Amino acid sequence: MQPDINADRATAVNVDAPLSSIPQAAPLKSGGRVPMALWQAALGIAVLLVWQGASGRLVDNFFISNPLDVGARLYRWTMDGTIFQHIGATLYATGMGFVIGSVGGAVLGIWLGVSPFASRLLNPYLNALNALPKVALAPLFVLWFGLGIESKIALAAVLVLFLVFLNTFAGVREVDQDLIDGARLMRATRAQVIIKVIIPSAMSWVFAGLKIAMPYALIGAVLGEMIAANRGLGYLVQFSGSQFDTAGVFAVLFVIALLAVGLNHLVDMVQSRTERWRIVSR
Amino acid sequence: MIRIENVSKSFYKRDTAVDAVQNMNLTIERREIVAVIGPSGCGKSTLLNMIAGLYAPTRGRVVYKDAPVSGINTDVGYMTQKDSLLPWRSVRDNVAFPLELAGVAKAERSDRADQVIQHVGLRGFEERYPNELSGGMRKRACLGRMMLYGAETALLDEPFAALDAQLKLAMHDLMLRLASENDQTVVLVTHDLMEAVTLADRVLVCTRRPATIALEQRIDLERPRDVLNVRFSSAFKEHYDTLWERLRVEYSEDRV
Ligand SMILES: Nc1ncnc2c1ncn2[C@@H]1O[C@H](COP(=O)(O)OP(=O)(O)OP(=O)(O)O)[C@@H](O)[C@H]1O
Ligand SMILES: [Mg+2]
Repeated sequence: MQPDINADRATAVNVDAPLSSIPQAAPLKSGGRVPMALWQAALGIAVLLVWQGASGRLVDNFFISNPLDVGARLYRWTMDGTIFQHIGATLYATGMGFVIGSVGGAVLGIWLGVSPFASRLLNPYLNALNALPKVALAPLFVLWFGLGIESKIALAAVLVLFLVFLNTFAGVREVDQDLIDGARLMRATRAQVIIKVIIPSAMSWVFAGLKIAMPYALIGAVLGEMIAANRGLGYLVQFSGSQFDTAGVFAVLFVIALLAVGLNHLVDMVQSRTERWRIVSR
Repeated sequence: MIRIENVSKSFYKRDTAVDAVQNMNLTIERREIVAVIGPSGCGKSTLLNMIAGLYAPTRGRVVYKDAPVSGINTDVGYMTQKDSLLPWRSVRDNVAFPLELAGVAKAERSDRADQVIQHVGLRGFEERYPNELSGGMRKRACLGRMMLYGAETALLDEPFAALDAQLKLAMHDLMLRLASENDQTVVLVTHDLMEAVTLADRVLVCTRRPATIALEQRIDLERPRDVLNVRFSSAFKEHYDTLWERLRVEYSEDRV
């Protein structure tokens, strides 16, 4: 595989990165008189008001439901606890898929990054696999792993694996040769070069990959649940849709969006812990 | 102990070749301090890279302790022109890196690193990361790391270029002291003729690219040298003038 190594350092390899990875402008410490968070809340409330107002007047309630109904649905699901069971199933599949895919992708990326022979050997096959829409593998996974949670984990893992792999590989290729030479001159063994120079140096690329991959893990899990399951948010959104329950669909979408935000935040936190050296206030 | 035998080095890009070093012959004795001086871009760093085994000569060979250099030469400590600190490691961990590679226990290597850090005047910056240091401070950290590696030969590529005059003197003194304490052979690339004459047993003037040796001057000033006052002696001035005359030719041919 020749991933798009030209991609510059900050932006990672994947082009159709989900919205969540759009870099945010650094918040000014106390710029403006009204804090940005207030503006953001105001915008949210305005959208909800317009939605509520439009529903039933401009657009049929059947199509867009309305915030009050969605809120009521969320409240009911929370009170009787059904939502947690579904969240749990989805989170489990997402988490497991993410971990398996990340570890696999990182290991593969590092291994191929440091072995030119293997990477050239596998190049055409990996390219072909990467071009494959991974979602199309879902039926296969159902056959292999059954209707249970394993097939969802597999789908999430495969999506994550390629993204993390491509970024890791590019990161390993990007490592400053001078640093490697320097370590070798100081009698570093090959293993030491990999562990103490190549891996730490590629780390920011790995994290870029993880950040891109996180929402895809969720996508994989939810998609898997939509295809065949009796639990999980994917199942719930599918089920609500088939019942023409628009409020239910919106309620699940809301929960999925919340999960995505939370998961991204988690990756950011881990990254800022392991990359302390990057954080220099200017 | 280091022999450069008919060494030429060309860099190829498509069909254009850049000759960096041409037919160079040179022998460096054990414990000798050799300074290499010459116009920018003439091939001095290339020469050091070949001694370190990072570049293979296009023609000729580099012999180190009777064995031709093929591949990385781990008997040398190489302080490159570009500082090569690991950006994710603190100054202490960078300086201690060679010890860590050699498997020295953590407590001991921190201790020894802190001593060296004090020598190079970076006390108080042990926990900082390289991107929080100035250029000269990074150079000193590299110098410290090289000292701790304690190789039998030190290759220094403009090690003191980014330092102020005071600090330069202190570092000169430190370098001479350590080199004699550890019986080190030193190859020093510099643009500063004063520095070259002050430190070296022998100064080599390189021609413009491709580099060959234009002049070799033995500096027989007595050791140990007083790095501040040695420059005021008349012997120093003679060496300086001879070298300067030759350098002037090299430099002026280069420019309009
Ligand atoms: N890795 C390389 N690939 C291609 N060309 C190179 C490479 N390294 C050096 N050169 C070329 O070789 C010539 C000599 O370079 P070198 O770095 O040895 O110069 P130098 O004498 O160290 O200069 P300076 O005093 O400015 O550091 C230059 O023309 C440079 O462009
Ligand atoms: Mg140079």
